Amino acid sequence: MTAEEDQTSEEDSQPGSQSSAPSALLPSGASVGEVPGPAGEAPKLPGAHECIIEVQSLGKSYGSIIALRDVSTTVKAGEVTCILGDNGAGKSTLIKILAGVHESSEGVFKVDGIVRRMGGPRDALALGIATVYQDLAVVPLMPIWRNFFLGSEPTRGRGPSRRLDSAVMKRITRSELLKMGIDLRDVDQPIGTLSGGERQSVAIARAVYFGARVLILDEPTAALGVKQAGIVLRYIAQARDRGLGVVFITHNPHHAYPVGDRFLVLKRGRSLGESEKKDITIEQLTTLMAGGDELDALAQELRRA
Amino acid sequence: MPAAAATADERLATTSWPARMMRRPEVGAAVAAFIIFVFFSTTTDAFLTVGGASTWLESSAQFGIMAVAVALLMIGGEFDLSAGAMVGTTGLIVGVLATRLAVNIWVAVLVALVAAALIGMLNGWLVVRTRLPSFIVTLGTFFVLQGINLAGTKLVTGQVSVQGFSSVAGFYNARWVFGSSTQFGGFTLQISVMWWLLFTAVATWVLLRTRPGNWIFAIGGDENSARQVGVPVTRTKIGLFMTTALAAWLVGMLQLFKTSTVQASTGVGQEFIYIICAVVGGCLLTGGYGSAIGAALGALIYGMTLQGIVFAQWDNNWLKAFLGVMLLGAVLVNNWIRQHAEVRK
Repeated sequence: MTAEEDQTSEEDSQPGSQSSAPSALLPSGASVGEVPGPAGEAPKLPGAHECIIEVQSLGKSYGSIIALRDVSTTVKAGEVTCILGDNGAGKSTLIKILAGVHESSEGVFKVDGIVRRMGGPRDALALGIATVYQDLAVVPLMPIWRNFFLGSEPTRGRGPSRRLDSAVMKRITRSELLKMGIDLRDVDQPIGTLSGGERQSVAIARAVYFGARVLILDEPTAALGVKQAGIVLRYIAQARDRGLGVVFITHNPHHAYPVGDRFLVLKRGRSLGESEKKDITIEQLTTLMAGGDELDALAQELRRA
Repeated sequence: MPAAAATADERLATTSWPARMMRRPEVGAAVAAFIIFVFFSTTTDAFLTVGGASTWLESSAQFGIMAVAVALLMIGGEFDLSAGAMVGTTGLIVGVLATRLAVNIWVAVLVALVAAALIGMLNGWLVVRTRLPSFIVTLGTFFVLQGINLAGTKLVTGQVSVQGFSSVAGFYNARWVFGSSTQFGGFTLQISVMWWLLFTAVATWVLLRTRPGNWIFAIGGDENSARQVGVPVTRTKIGLFMTTALAAWLVGMLQLFKTSTVQASTGVGQEFIYIICAVVGGCLLTGGYGSAIGAALGALIYGMTLQGIVFAQWDNNWLKAFLGVMLLGAVLVNNWIRQHAEVRK
C-alpha cells in the first residue's frame, strides 16, 4: 500500500471527529497518515456527545416469557453507557437487540435519529455498531496479526499471485494496538499467549479499526482478575476518548462507575432507572443494583447475633 | 519481511533464530527425518547410493502428495478416511473406461477427475450439513468406495484388477505426464517426485500466504470464532475435502501410469498412513495447527524407513512397529507445543 492511499483512507474513515475532537482522536504515539482505515466505507464518526443510539420503551418477549420490558437509554459518541444488572436481569437480551441479533417486540430503536429495524448483526455492523462478545471471536493458536484481520484480510497481487499483504497487516496491527495503549513486543505470537485483558483489547481494537463507532462490550471484565480488569477499563476509556460510543455490560458497579457516563440498571427484565454520573454515587449505584432493601435484609441476616 | 524489519522493535533482538525455528510445526519432523537418513545411510550400503535414493524418494512421493492434502484438511479440523480408497476409485475409473469402453484416455482421466471432485464435494457437504464428525462421514464413504471398487470392477472385468492398460491408445502420451522418469547419471527422478514437490510448494503458499490459508487455520482452530468474523466456513471446508479428493486422483493417476495396472483394493488401508505422516509432520489432531512441509517430511520419513528396512534386510513388519512409535512420539511433542502456545490462556 502506498503512502497516498494511507492518507486518503485515513481521511475517509474519520473525518467528522477530526474537526470536533482532534485531541481525543489522536492519542500520543499514533501519527496521522501512517495508519490507514479500512477501505473508505466506514461510517462517519459523529461529533462528541452526539446521540448515536436511542432506544425508547424497548421490550422483548420470547413466547410467553417477557425478557425485557420498557427499557430506554441512549448511547452518545465519546461517552460510556453502562448496563448493570444481576444474572437474568435482561442484559443479554438488551445487547442482542442492540447488536441486531434479535429484533425487539416493542419500542423504538433509533440510530442517528432514524428509526431502524435490524435484520441481523450485519445490519448493525453496517451502521457501525460492533459487538465484542465474551468469547472474543479469536483463534488462540493463530498469530495476533492474523487474528486481527481474520475474515477481512487485505491482499496484494492478482490471480495466482494474490496473497496476504502480511507486512501491512503486521504494521497496522501493531499501530492499532499501540493506539489502544498496548505495546506488543511481537505481533507474530499466538493470541492465546496474551493475557485475558490483552486479548479483550485486541478484540476491541479490531472492532474500532473496522469502522465501529459504537462498541458493545459484553461483560469484558467478568472473567478477569483485579489487575486485568483495570487494564480493560483503561482500554474502554481509550476507546471513549477516541470518540466512540461504548456500551459496557457488567454486573460490577465498581468496574462501571469509574468509566461510565450514564448507568442503566436492569432487574428482572425491567429498568430500575437511568442515571447520569453526576446524579448518582457509587454507593447508591451498588445499593440500587443489589436491590436496596434486600441487601439490608441480608446484612441483618448475616450479622452475628 | 523488509517492512517488518524496518519497524522492528528493539526487544525482538532477544528472540534468537533457533527459538524462532522451534516455533515452526515441522521442526520435529525435520530432525527425525535427518536422524533416520543418517541411520540408514550408515547402517546399509544401498541407502545412500543414487539408485537407493531414487527408490526411497519415489516411495515417499505418493504418500507425500496425499499426506500434504490430508494435512491441509486436518489443519482445517477434519479427517478424510476415504482418501485411500479414492486413490483406487480414480485409477479404476480410468482403467475400466479406457480398456473396456474404449474411451479416449485423456477423456477417461478427466472423467476420473470430475468424479473425484464430486466425491470430495459430497464428503464436505455431508460433514457441513449434518455437523457429524468427519471421521464418521468419511468412514461411511470409505466403505461405499471400497465396495464399489471391488464389486464394480468384478462386474465389468470379471476380475479384481484392470489389465492391459498399456496397450490403450495414447497411453504413452499420458504416461509422460503421470508416469515418466528422467535419468541424471545413475539417479532416476520419477515424475511423481516432481508432482510431490510442486504440490507441497503450492500447499505451503496457499496455507501461509493467502486468504483461504488463513481461513483454514481459523476454522480448524475455532470454527465459531471464524464464523463470527465472517470466514466462509462452508466453502472452505468443502474446498478442503475436494482438495483431498483431487490429490487422491493425482496419486491414482501416478500409480496407474507407473504400473499400467490397478487393483480393486488399491489404497485401502493407506488412509491412516496419510494421517500418521501429517501428524508426524506436526499437525494437531484437533486442527488449527500444522504445515504442508511438515506433512511432506512425515511422508519422507515413512518412505525412507519403508525402503531402509528393505535395504537393511530386516523383517518388513518392523515398519508397523516403527510407525506406531513415531506416531505416539509425534503426538506427545505436538501436545507439548500446543500447551506452550496456549499456556497463558
